[in-house]
Amino acid sequence: MPTRTLNGTKVWQRRDRATQFRIWLGWLIGTAVFLYCWRIISENTEWEFVQDAHIQALDMASRMVPPRWSYTPTILRPLWDTINIATLGTVCAVAIATPVAFLAARNTTPSLLVARPLALMIVVSSRSINSLIWALMLVLIMGPGVVAGIVAITLRSIGFVGKLLYEAIEEIDERQVEAIIATGASRPQVLLYGIVPQILPAFAGISVYRWDINIRESTVLGLVGAGGIGLELQASVNILAWNQVTLIFIAILGSVVLSEWVSAKIRHAII
Amino acid sequence: MLKIENLTKRYPTGDLALNGVSLEVAKGEVVALIGPSGAGKSTLIRTINRLVEPTSGRILLNGVNLPSLGSRALRRARRTIGMIFQEFALVERLTVMENVLSGQLGYVSFWRSLIRKFPQSIIDEAFRLLERVGLEEFYDKRADALSGGQRQRVGIARALLQNPEILLVDEPTASLDPKTSRQIMRLITELTSERGLGAIINIHDVPLAMLFVKRIVGLRQGEIVYDGDPDGLTSERLTDIYGEEDWTATVRKKGSDQEEEDNGEENDDDLPQAAMSLSRREAAGRQAGRK
Ligand SMILES: Nc1ncnc2c1ncn2[C@@H]1O[C@H](COP(=O)(O)OP(=O)(O)OP(=O)(O)O)[C@@H](O)[C@H]1O
Ligand SMILES: [Mg+2]
Repeated sequence: MPTRTLNGTKVWQRRDRATQFRIWLGWLIGTAVFLYCWRIISENTEWEFVQDAHIQALDMASRMVPPRWSYTPTILRPLWDTINIATLGTVCAVAIATPVAFLAARNTTPSLLVARPLALMIVVSSRSINSLIWALMLVLIMGPGVVAGIVAITLRSIGFVGKLLYEAIEEIDERQVEAIIATGASRPQVLLYGIVPQILPAFAGISVYRWDINIRESTVLGLVGAGGIGLELQASVNILAWNQVTLIFIAILGSVVLSEWVSAKIRHAII
Repeated sequence: MLKIENLTKRYPTGDLALNGVSLEVAKGEVVALIGPSGAGKSTLIRTINRLVEPTSGRILLNGVNLPSLGSRALRRARRTIGMIFQEFALVERLTVMENVLSGQLGYVSFWRSLIRKFPQSIIDEAFRLLERVGLEEFYDKRADALSGGQRQRVGIARALLQNPEILLVDEPTASLDPKTSRQIMRLITELTSERGLGAIINIHDVPLAMLFVKRIVGLRQGEIVYDGDPDGLTSERLTDIYGEEDWTATVRKKGSDQEEEDNGEENDDDLPQAAMSLSRREAAGRQAGRK
């Protein structure tokens, strides 16, 4: 225990000796593992390539400027596609994730043994696969194009939205719910008056936040053929048109900044 | 009207919160339920509308045995039982009006409650109740913008809009200052007599209970150990309920009883000495009482 008696006075320490030793040992092992891993990485790296990395980077940078502004009209359409993929994907995901969240939340699930594990399965499997990988598979299944991108974003976002939403549902104030139950309200009415008002801010916040993430994620989906500005990015990289790549980067940056701004505004307005 | 027979509740944790409680509340009768923390007061009133499922025993409301009801019949029975909470339990993000109207949820369809389309007669009644509790100007405020006393008034209006036959009141004043506490207790007891409502009021503040309620029931470790009028609540009886203490400040002096009540608002400040010395003791009791 952290206090012990020394010459009749009680001495207090933050931790006792055994705990202190274990923590110290933990650090020792951690450091050793880190050094060992570093050695393996180092053995597998061609250091000659790394050594002239800054020269390569400077070379690429010089070819990237100035951006090729005349390329702008070509990327407007794919940029619009990208924003649509993100927005439609988010809308579909929220529509599907909301019932899933109510099934998954301990305090609203109709059955702890069937519905809840099933809903959690959906959440986990959606979360464990990156949207790029979803897109890769969907392009094979549905062919390249915007629809594959929308579905990929949807599938990926269901888990995210579902998880955060069901956690919000589990954190509500049960007393407010009990008060509504005590009036003789039916189950759907309890949901409507006791639960929905409490999770509405979280619901809006989560949806907008996911939309914001999806704008960023959908920019790369084109790399695997799932539509949007990523397609142009890949085409430009393939022909080594680095000044076009710069322009695409600027466009992506612009849309991300815009989405940040919009989502901040919306969240501010709702909460 | 309400008749509880041999009610027992054992929580899954093994706590025996109610041990064979029998209690009868006549139509229009108001009962104050006192007892130390953990005595089972909240459990008792929450088993009546089955927010807590009783383990055994009968609860007859107008002859209907509540524990045996199916979910539809239970919802119908709950409409006639109004509940008022210590922490007010208003839906914080809804307006005062929506909170009051939620008292009618048991009577309107899901669709109407979704689009907030309540019958005009109900809206009239809601405005009347808000006026009665002194909040007519607050109907469009959000509940989280109100003070404690105002929230409790909304809670009272919500319970009354149910048009109940009995009120279950769980420590209505425990989160309020002494003056507001008295105003709220006065409001509740006035409304019960205006409408001929029965009520069970859980309350820690014994002097306050003795001031406003004519029948006091003492609960200790899940059993009723006192049932009678405030004057019978002597030092010995209080010791039965709460345990050994110096009760001289709490026990009512003969002859001084009704005056305070009649003088009303002016001497709202003369009670607190007794009330506060008691609640301090209770705070200590609360800590000791929890195992
Ligand atoms: N949900 C619960 N699960 C398990 N035990 C519970 C639960 N609620 C209450 N109890 C136990 O039941 C007993 C009675 O509790 P109850 O809340 O009814 O007392 P109370 O008289 O209302 O106390 P207080 O004055 O502090 O509100 C206590 O021993 C408590 O620990
Ligand atoms: Mg209680």
